[in-house]
Amino acid sequence: MVIAERKPLGEIRNMLAGYKRILVVGCGTCVTICWAGGEKEVGILSSQLRLASSKDGNELSIIEAVVERQCEKEMVEELRDKVQEVDAILSMGCGVGVQTIADIFEEKPIFPALNTTFIGMPEAEGLWTEKCGACGDCLLYWTGGICPVVRCAKGLLNGPCGGTRKGGKCEIDPEKDCAWVLIYRRLERQGRLDLMRKYYEPKNYRAVKRPGKVQAMQA
Amino acid sequence: MAKPFRETLKTKDFIVTAEAGPGKGSNTEKLTEHIELLKDKVDGLNVTDNQSAVMRYPSLGTCLLIKEHGGEPILQITCRDRNRLAIQADLLFAYSRGINNVLCLTGDAIDTGDHKEAKPVFDLDSVQLIHLVHTLNSGKDMVGNELDGGVDFCIGASATPSADPIEPQLMKFQKKLDAGVDFIQTQAVYDMDELKRFMENFHKMDHIEGVKILAGIVPIWGAKMASYMNESVPGIYVPQYLIDEIDQAPKGTKAAKGIEMAGRLVRQVKEEGICDGVHVMAIGREERVPAILEAAGI
Repeated sequence: MVIAERKPLGEIRNMLAGYKRILVVGCGTCVTICWAGGEKEVGILSSQLRLASSKDGNELSIIEAVVERQCEKEMVEELRDKVQEVDAILSMGCGVGVQTIADIFEEKPIFPALNTTFIGMPEAEGLWTEKCGACGDCLLYWTGGICPVVRCAKGLLNGPCGGTRKGGKCEIDPEKDCAWVLIYRRLERQGRLDLMRKYYEPKNYRAVKRPGKVQAMQA
Repeated sequence: MAKPFRETLKTKDFIVTAEAGPGKGSNTEKLTEHIELLKDKVDGLNVTDNQSAVMRYPSLGTCLLIKEHGGEPILQITCRDRNRLAIQADLLFAYSRGINNVLCLTGDAIDTGDHKEAKPVFDLDSVQLIHLVHTLNSGKDMVGNELDGGVDFCIGASATPSADPIEPQLMKFQKKLDAGVDFIQTQAVYDMDELKRFMENFHKMDHIEGVKILAGIVPIWGAKMASYMNESVPGIYVPQYLIDEIDQAPKGTKAAKGIEMAGRLVRQVKEEGICDGVHVMAIGREERVPAILEAAGI
């Protein structure tokens, strides 16, 4: 899933300066699960904005809404009536959600309330970690299902760097495990360490030509 | 004229290299002093490449300075700041100006340095970089185009004897040996038993014929500095007994103590024939290297 974090209130207020009527739109999918932009967070942010703006004597008129998936045009289309009533839209979706709304309601200024951070998964209560770099050239088959592209701080493909700390921790964060030590332990357990002895060629960065595009045929 | 490092590797019993650490800015006065001081006392002078991810005077420029002053430069190239095009271009330039030795490194993470918001490149890793230099040596670029005027680099790499766990490091080290290297300069070692264990492992590995191992020696100048290095310098682990030893030296004698301790390590490597030489990294205190070598009886 896509992981995001909310921007600080001050930054959001600066973006909205000059606009009176705001539509705050959450998304019911990834950002709901990672506590960043679901119904609850839309309510909290809207209250904070109302409170802060009324203190300034310049109260905002806010409409709250949540779309099931902000990345689906049909679902975003449902917002049309509400959009007509506001000067600007504040999206609490990921970067894809923001752009979907922007493309459909081209005449309205749109602002992102979140910073989209990575593709990851829940690790513990309130903790999400990055797992996939969407590199377009998956190599998890020879790394024991652990991605060095994003889980190694340097994205190294042929083993750990010399900066690994005692106990197999990462050079840049003593709390974080070295991805290559994890890969080593996983492959050792599976009796497949030969995979780690294999030389991996320089990565093909054309595997995803930016901007990425996938044209699929339905089975 | 300095002897080509490749020749030295083949003929000399105990090889000594040191570092010229460029500073921040275009003033090369101190750098030049260090080069003058060291060029005839060592077999090669490494030049760090934005060491610790701190922006500095470039490795290539410093290598040229060393050439101009009659020394034998070893160009350090990291994968952190350049993609495959820039690395190849830099290598062509280096060779065209008589810089014939290259040490292939991954590079410290951006986070360890002073430009923490920079984009880390790491288009290649150190193993891929070694393969790349071999490709250039064969007269072609990375995608197979013929070079008009080739190169013939003497290739080095690093290894980390004190890594924990050591096994994944050794597997990567084997890939470097498989790719083909002429010499290895290790990360700092302080525990000679650890170095001996590393050498035992090395002798059991493949593709080691003719590969010379130089043990990395990083002197310590105080307990605080050693603790800081343990905390902040990637790949360095100073044992507590050495921190205690420098800590117990009276004020005003720390430099002499640091020289004595580093000299002792170098002497032990040489006298016991643990490996083929040493690489002394004095990190900003290059002027003390001659005294360290003297203390070691070199």
